[in-house]
Formats: sequence, C-alpha cells, structure tokens
Amino acid sequence: MTHTSRTDTAYTHPTAPEAAVTHQPSDASRPGTDRTRGATVARTATVRIIGALVVLWGAATAAFLAQVAQPGDRATTILNLRSGQFQERTAEETAPVAAEYGFDQPVLAQYVDYLGGLLRGDLGTSYQQHRPVWDVIAEQLAPTTVLSVSAIAVAWILMIVWTTLTAGRAPWLRGVGSSLEIAAASLPHYWLGVLLLLSLAMQLDLFPVVGRGAVGLVLPVLTLAIPLAGFLGQAARTDFERALAQPFVLSARIRGLSDTGVRLRHALKHSLRSPLQLTGWALGATVSGAVVVESVFSRSGIGRVLVAAIESQDLPVVTGIVVLIAAVYVVAGLLVDALTLTLDPRRNA
Amino acid sequence: MTTPPAHAEAVAGIARSDRTGSSAASASRARRAAAALPPHVWVAGAGLAVFAVAAVSPGVLAPGDPGEIDLAATLSGPSLQHWFGTDELGRDLYTRVVHGTRDSLAVGLGAAAVSLILALALASLTLTGHAVAVVVDRIIEVLFAFPTLLLALLVVGMFGPSPTTLAVAVGIGSAPGYARMIRAQLHAAADSGYVEAATVLGHPRTRILMQHVLPNALRPLVGVFTMSIGQSIVWASSLAFLGLGVAPPSPEWGALLDAGRTYLTAAGWLVVVPGLVIVALSLSTTAVGAHLRDRLEGGR
Repeated sequence: MTHTSRTDTAYTHPTAPEAAVTHQPSDASRPGTDRTRGATVARTATVRIIGALVVLWGAATAAFLAQVAQPGDRATTILNLRSGQFQERTAEETAPVAAEYGFDQPVLAQYVDYLGGLLRGDLGTSYQQHRPVWDVIAEQLAPTTVLSVSAIAVAWILMIVWTTLTAGRAPWLRGVGSSLEIAAASLPHYWLGVLLLLSLAMQLDLFPVVGRGAVGLVLPVLTLAIPLAGFLGQAARTDFERALAQPFVLSARIRGLSDTGVRLRHALKHSLRSPLQLTGWALGATVSGAVVVESVFSRSGIGRVLVAAIESQDLPVVTGIVVLIAAVYVVAGLLVDALTLTLDPRRNA
Repeated sequence: MTTPPAHAEAVAGIARSDRTGSSAASASRARRAAAALPPHVWVAGAGLAVFAVAAVSPGVLAPGDPGEIDLAATLSGPSLQHWFGTDELGRDLYTRVVHGTRDSLAVGLGAAAVSLILALALASLTLTGHAVAVVVDRIIEVLFAFPTLLLALLVVGMFGPSPTTLAVAVGIGSAPGYARMIRAQLHAAADSGYVEAATVLGHPRTRILMQHVLPNALRPLVGVFTMSIGQSIVWASSLAFLGLGVAPPSPEWGALLDAGRTYLTAAGWLVVVPGLVIVALSLSTTAVGAHLRDRLEGGR
C-alpha cells in the first residue's frame, strides 16, 4: 500500500505515543543545566521502557488467551497428536496429561504460571514434540535471523541508492522512481520469490534453486528486501525532496558543492529518519515474511517450524514464536528510538 | 511488504475542512472529480469491473467448465487455446481463475468487513472516556506488535484451516493497523475547530458525534475498505500458499497457488498466473481505494 507523507509514518510507527514525548519542545528545550537535561532524558526513557514492558505483557497475555481459547480439550489434542489417531479420550486417559501440563489448575493459576515461565525464558512445552518450546525454536533461530538481518541490510542499500538516484530529479524520473517503489512494496513475497526462482535460478541458472551458504541466501534475501526497500523508499523520498528545498541546501550549492555532494552529504542524511523509525516495525514484518520465503525456497528456519506447528495445532510452539517476534519488535522499537535520539541532536533535548 | 494503509493525509484533510457544503457544491465537485480522474484510476476501475463480472457471472468471460479434465493436454503452457495454460489434469487455468473469482472476492470482502468492524469498535471506544481510552490504546498497541501475517497464522493455529477461518484470521490480522488509523481520524475530527464551535454553541454531545465527528472521520473509510479488499486477498493467498487456506480442488485463487506449488519446476505458470491476477486485483483496489479516500476527504 502507499505510504507517502511524512506525517503518515508517525501513525505507522508503533511507538508514536511515546516517541511524541521526546519530540515535544518541553521545558528541556530551554537552556538548562546538564542535570535537568539528564533528568528529562531519564524520565523519557523510563516512560518509554515502561510502555514497552506493557506491550510485552499484553502480548504474553494474548498468547496465553489464545492457548486457553483453542477449541476442544487440550489434553485430548495432545494425546491425539502423539498417537496420530484422532479419537475421543476418556477422563482416565487425559488426567495424567492434564496434570502434567497444568490444565487441571484454575485458569488464573495457569496464567501466573505461564507469565512466571516467560520471565525465566520458558515458553512452554510443545504438545507434539513433548519438549520445551524454546529448544524447538532455538534450533532454527540462526537461519531465520541471518535471513531477516541480511534482508533489512540489503533493503537499506537498495533504498538509499534508489532514492539518491531518482528523488528530486526530472519529473519523469521521479515518476518512475516512486511508481517502482509502490509496485515493489505491494508485491506478495510468495510471488516475487517464485518469479526470482523461476527466472534467475531455473532459466538463467545463476543461482541454485535450493542452496546452502551465502549463494543460497541471495534469492531469499532479495525476495524479502525488494518489497521492504519499496516501502522504506516511499518514506525516504518525501523527506529527501523536502530536504533538497531547504535553505541550507541552497547555501551549500552557493558555496559550490556539486549536486552529488548535496545529495550525499545533506539530503540523504535528512531523509533517513523515517526509514529508521520504520525499520523497527519492519523487523517483525520481515520475520513473518520469512515464513513465506522459507517455504518458497525450502529453507529451514522459524517459519517452517511455525507452519508445521499450525498444521498439527501445536499451539505452544505457535504462541512461543509469536511472543518471540513481538519481543523482537518491542526491543527493536526501543533501539530505534534510542538511535534516533543519538543521531539527531535536535531531538536530544 | 504489505503495510497498513496511508492515512495521515486523510487526517490532515479532515483537520483542514469540515465538509458540510451544499449539495450543489458537492455535485459540481463530483463533476470535476470525474473530469480529473487520473488515467491509472480509469485503468484500475476497468480492471475491477472485469473482476466484478467474473464474480457475478463467470460464464460470460469463460464459458467452459472449470472442472473439465483433459488428460491429453496436461501441464501445457500458455497458448492460444489455453491462455493461462493447463494444470496437471489438463484443466484450463483461465477458466479456473475466472470461476475462482467469486470465492476469492468473498474471502477478501469478508476479511475486509471483519477487520474494519473490529477496528471501528476498538477505535470508537477511545472516544468514550479517558480511562477507557488509555486501556484501549494499549490493547491496540499490543495487537499492533503482531505483524498481520503472524496474527492471522495464530488464529489459523487456534481454529484449524477453513475458508471461514481464513477470512476471520486475515480480518483479525489486519484490524490493529486499521484501528490505529480510524482512531487517529476520529480524534482529528473530535479535536477540530468545527466540533469546538458546535460545543460552544451548546449542541449536545451525541448530536455532535453523529453529525460532525462520525461522518467526517468515517467517509474516507469507503476508500479504505476498497483498498483493504485487495490487501486481504493478498494475505489470504499468502496463507493459502503455506497450505493453510482454502483447500484444492477449489478454483479459489489461493487454492490454485497451493495446488500449483507441487508443479513449480515443471509448470511455473500455475503459480505465476494466479499470483499475477492477485497482484492485479490488489493494485486495482489500491488505486481506486486511494482515489476514493482522497476524494471523500475533500479539501483537494
């Protein structure tokens, strides 16, 4: 979908309410002592961190509710999953399983138990594999992390190059630039992945269809990075073109700086704040895009675990992954805010 | 990368103007709007018309039987006889795509309705009072921490794959983004000068809400709903691609993708063509929806 205006990113950015606190020209913007300045930053940071913790707690609660609300008797589901036979179970059969997983406890006790477990890093126990969810996830964490982080890095490179080349140029070039961004941002991952697979891997034989190592990573990373670059580029373009119209750009040009110099040294710097803020959000979205990409390219990773768990209704594994991704999203949001504060001295009240 | 729709412009537009103009003014605006319709919106609108015909009476566009098996022509590529090629049983993919339009649109419409109703309910709650607003804002933010596809996958994980689950899952998945957007629109309208004026004039709170806040905040939603149909179909097809959507042999587009995956190396068109149709529909609804939204906002 289209993301065009700068204010829009404020609404898209998940942490807008807290971020707004840092943007207010409050007491802190007046000349003050270092101590009051430090106190303001500390207060802002505290509010922000408490907000993040509330979101995490909410995500954990949602995950717990999803497990409780799953239709059917959970102990029966577990027995059926393990035996592979789908049938009714008697109370004698289900009782030991229910006791083992704590289903016989009151819901509130289960909830407290679940939250306590999360604090210790215990995401629950898989219904099907009968071992800690964390172990199931941890085995597959590395490939997905490598894929997602590389995709974000490549998306940033594509976005910077594309914006610098096309933003604020002749009207037709700007048109091409922003149309391609919108088109790229709306490509479904599975379709782009299949197109790359069929064209580059099969027709031209440039990349392996199923590959390990760095070469096998190229197509999956591109599949995730191209739509993300289009999405980030839409945010960057507006700010880039706005920066080009600023007085300081004019003064730089008068000082004799070349157009390329203006673009790289001034406009680019001013256009990266919105993409940076969106990257925190994009990390979660990239990991969920990885679910599809891993499926297209037959890569191992969290996504494959997730799909397998959904097929077998192994809900603790599903909620474990969901909570993990929500946590990544929250932490990324915090880091992005801290980074924005550090990189942009105007916000450093 | 599919994302919550753009809406700050909508908010800005609402904040700029209260559209209580006379009907004559709006009629002349409608004429100007038609005259100034950009070419890409014409193309997108024509595309949507074709999809609508395919959904209402598929026989007009594809007279054949979507289930007709022709074992003499299995997995043949696109040709004059079979525009989109054939599948592993020799069924004509073009006929199947046309006949699958109705089910696919139904999933998209259902999901769009679910997401906007949920979003509207959540967002309206934030207008009721400060204490409620604080809690609901947190809930929206918590839900927003789950990417759309992931939230939809969680719902499918709870209830198991089925066409109804698919629509509900995609609807729930997209709801948080829309809730944020509608919330911003409602509050922009509620904090506007014309609402303040009405309050000063002593109009009752409910009347202000019904006459000023809701119409102004919700009119652009017609456009957003249109955009959301195409978007929902993309999400639903992603779930289907993972084998968690409508099951083959239905000609629903997601089911076509799911079935075509098996023959990806031998017959790539079985995935590429339905995907292209989904992308075309999504781009059309986005273009038409964005245009509608901007028009209904007024002030342009």
